[in-house]
Amino acid sequence: MAKAKETVSRTLMVALVLSIAFSVVVSTAAVLLRPAQIKNQNLDIRTNILAAAGMLEPGASPEEIEQAFSRFDVRLLDLDSGEYVDPSAVGVDDPMKYDMYKAASDPEMSTRILSAAEDPAGIKSRPDVAKIFTLSENGELVRVVLPVHGYGLWSTLYGFVSLKGDANTIEGLGFYDHAETPGLGGEVDNPRWKRQWVGKEVYGDQLQEPKIRLVKGGVSADAADKEHKVDSLSGATLTSRGVENLVNYWMGDRGYQTYLKKLRQGEV
Amino acid sequence: MADATAKQVLFEPIFSNNPIALQILGICSALAVTTSMNVTLVMCAAVIAVTAFSNLAVSLVRAQIPGSIRIIVQMTIIASLVIVVDELLKAYAYEISKQLSVFVGLIITNCIVMGRAEGFAMQNGPWLSFLDGVGNGLGYSVLLIFVAFFRELLGAGSLFGVSIMPVVNEGGWYIPNGLLLLPPSAFFIIGLAIWGLRVWKPEQVEEADFKMSRHTVKEAF
Repeated sequence: MAKAKETVSRTLMVALVLSIAFSVVVSTAAVLLRPAQIKNQNLDIRTNILAAAGMLEPGASPEEIEQAFSRFDVRLLDLDSGEYVDPSAVGVDDPMKYDMYKAASDPEMSTRILSAAEDPAGIKSRPDVAKIFTLSENGELVRVVLPVHGYGLWSTLYGFVSLKGDANTIEGLGFYDHAETPGLGGEVDNPRWKRQWVGKEVYGDQLQEPKIRLVKGGVSADAADKEHKVDSLSGATLTSRGVENLVNYWMGDRGYQTYLKKLRQGEV
Repeated sequence: MADATAKQVLFEPIFSNNPIALQILGICSALAVTTSMNVTLVMCAAVIAVTAFSNLAVSLVRAQIPGSIRIIVQMTIIASLVIVVDELLKAYAYEISKQLSVFVGLIITNCIVMGRAEGFAMQNGPWLSFLDGVGNGLGYSVLLIFVAFFRELLGAGSLFGVSIMPVVNEGGWYIPNGLLLLPPSAFFIIGLAIWGLRVWKPEQVEEADFKMSRHTVKEAF
């Protein structure tokens, strides 16, 4: 019996049969579970957007999240012109289906950033069109949630910054994907730290350059420019620097600044 | 091994022949996924499922597997099961699967799974092999939970995400020990656990490889 097992034809046979059997198992699992996974991913994105906008009730059910999210308008934004674009311009029928991070790796839909000086956020290439979320009440825009990303210490942080209708005051900020050190850089997820951002102002009086700074030792009540300053994360200098850089990059003229200016002047 | 009973096969790996503490296998994931109890428990369940079912599958086809390709056949079986487990987690435990990220996939390379398939399931019947898989998975879990208990409690002041010792960052009194959140701390805890286990069960202490001879040379003074 031991001999019969070892022939070349039998070896090939066993390999073939097992490969087919297990590929069936794997593909069945992948196909059957796909709908549930997509649902989870979509729910996750909506939850993160609501959380950044400070509109997430603790313990909200998927239906409540869905309902709260449905009040938002999903819009595609050309970053250079600061104008909304039609979904068909990026080849999708539903703006929700557009993936700006996928677009960032497509040379036709993104702009490469060549010099390190122009790339404080460490993203290497920036998509031309961003997917943003706006909330209007009685025809007036009251909140705008902007996706941001950039490099921290170990990983690229992906998150959202939510601004009030004045396109200057921060309503909230949150990161949904990163791999910073738990307990140190990972404290970007700490609700107490995130709460500090609420009410901070991105731009100075002239509404020119974004001025967010993460400072050591906390922000005292009489500190100069305290409306732009946030306490940095203790033990996580590089993650803090990364957060500062990525917020300023995305609020700067290569990011959403053109759009935000137009928003303030009521042009879009 | 032929006379091994079901009970022995199931319970021996937990303390007497623990895959991590005695065989020192599967350390990689023991460092990576033990920062919080919730994540650890899911990882343990995943590893138990994979070792049990891969042992079962390998044992079922063991008479058919040609010796020349047996390792790759075992790999195929284990890899398929790991993918299925990963897909299941993404569908039903999305939050935790995000935290486990790459480590579910890395169960494939967990030496325990492969070791049991090659060392036990190739020689034993399906039922015993299944139990052996469960037993070794449990042995792995016991140690992981032990490590995670201390890492989460002392590193984050909480257990299962519920605050036990309120930390300073959230207005409490406990200053968390950041070292425990970093992977190297698991080495210390595993080391201490192995020490404790060998004090309790001295038969696990390995014999010294050599004995130092008495120092006989007189030094210069």
